[in-house]
Amino acid sequence: MSFLNHLINGISLGSIYAIIALGYTMVYGIAKMLNFAHGDVIMVGGYMCFCATTYLGWPPIAGVLLAVVVCTVLGVVIERLAYKPLRMAPSLAVLITAIGVSYFLQNAALLIWGSSTKSFTSVVGGDPIQLFGGQLTITRVTIVTVLACVVIMVALTLFTGKSKMGTAMRAVSEDKGAAQLMGINVNTTISLTFAIGSGLAAIAGVLLCSAYPTLLPTTGSMPGIKAFTAAVFGGIGSIPGALLGGILLGVIEIFAKAYISTQLSDAIVFAVLIIVLLVKPDGLLGKHVSEKV
Amino acid sequence: MAMLEVKDINVFYGLIHALRDVSFEVNEGEVVALIGANGAGKTTTLHTITGLLPSKGGTVTFEGKDITKKPGHEIVRLGMSHVPEGRRVFAGLTVRENLKMGAYTRPKSEVEASLADVYKRFPRLEERKNQPAGTLSGGEQQMLAMGRALMAKPRILLLDEPSMGLSPLFVGEVFKIIQEVSAAGTTVLLVEQNAKKALSIADRAYVLETGKIVKTGKASDLLNDDAIKKAYLGE
Repeated sequence: MSFLNHLINGISLGSIYAIIALGYTMVYGIAKMLNFAHGDVIMVGGYMCFCATTYLGWPPIAGVLLAVVVCTVLGVVIERLAYKPLRMAPSLAVLITAIGVSYFLQNAALLIWGSSTKSFTSVVGGDPIQLFGGQLTITRVTIVTVLACVVIMVALTLFTGKSKMGTAMRAVSEDKGAAQLMGINVNTTISLTFAIGSGLAAIAGVLLCSAYPTLLPTTGSMPGIKAFTAAVFGGIGSIPGALLGGILLGVIEIFAKAYISTQLSDAIVFAVLIIVLLVKPDGLLGKHVSEKV
Repeated sequence: MAMLEVKDINVFYGLIHALRDVSFEVNEGEVVALIGANGAGKTTTLHTITGLLPSKGGTVTFEGKDITKKPGHEIVRLGMSHVPEGRRVFAGLTVRENLKMGAYTRPKSEVEASLADVYKRFPRLEERKNQPAGTLSGGEQQMLAMGRALMAKPRILLLDEPSMGLSPLFVGEVFKIIQEVSAAGTTVLLVEQNAKKALSIADRAYVLETGKIVKTGKASDLLNDDAIKKAYLGE
């Protein structure tokens, strides 16, 4: 029964990774850049929800909404101020800028909220659900997390697959110049991608802090890196890849923690990533794009 | 007044002066060919007109409006479609999705009718409407690129090397379609390396050499011009 418990915990953690990974993968798909500040947007989402519920006494759902709104705006502002001027710059310059934005957000959070750990009250109340006479315990946060992940995946798949704006997004990710000739505003499309990714990061932040209720300015960085790993693992640029990569990563991490070693669990996660990339460099569901001459 | 008027445009790639004071005009209803060798600046000219490249000085006027500084995505709304070199269809999107992207700026209610028109002109596209565009042959992709541009219902169509890399059968097909589009009332600016074919369907032509217009005239005259024959027609 403990196996099943670990599996459920793994899927729950993996769902959070998957939601974060979506932000990485969508931004990479459209803007062809790795937004290393994405993890810190998660942290901002966590703090926003924390402030709303703890300081202002708002109901949890309002806290989540505030987090989503603030992070969505933050994502768009970051893109406009930090990345847009570098649209034509070499990718290394963009990467370093993203790392700079990440430090900026962490230190701004340090300045505003201080370095002490805040204890986050879960946005999902209620007692855990006991199954099989108490042998299997599932927290409500776990259920909400997995459900949120499923809903987000379905919604995003429908949006990118069926809607006009979503199709335009895919067109931009393939060929910005040709998309522009169709009348698609490439800048708006990139902003929209950052908005969606950052809004999702806020949800991930709230879920993460609800499951692991400590909040620090560095809270987002490790999950951010792992979710980035998940995105690469699943095939960066691919939405189903982000889901698969996220879930697998979460399950591997929890199993490694439970059965091998708590200290080594991260090392094992990254070792698996390295092996997968050696065998399949484009990730599990990544498309191999050969350069056409 | 000409429908499209390009006046003294200059384009630089870093230090390279790619276009030098290029001026020409296209009148409503005409088929105008822009011919020249590889690297003469033909594609650069089209990119400058449709806002993919900035011009240093000079103006581009379309139907009386100065469009020199217009952002690229606004140009198609004005009635100008550009079929880029190398087709540049969205390989991961289906044929139908590609066509719908061509009508991106048009009201939803008109899209289905245009789609039917394009399918009528290119039956092959309808057969393959649910296939990813990347799985089409080169000739079919050219048809798709042209169909996609026509979905915007342009008053002027800019075509960049539509015959490049195609089998002789498809080359004939492409030129036949250009003539049909022109006969249906759309003005055409055609950039081609295949000068003979281009001159045979064009009303007028401009010859571009290392970034400068060196010759202009009626297409039928240029076809019989000795210098042109020698340099571009291989006779």
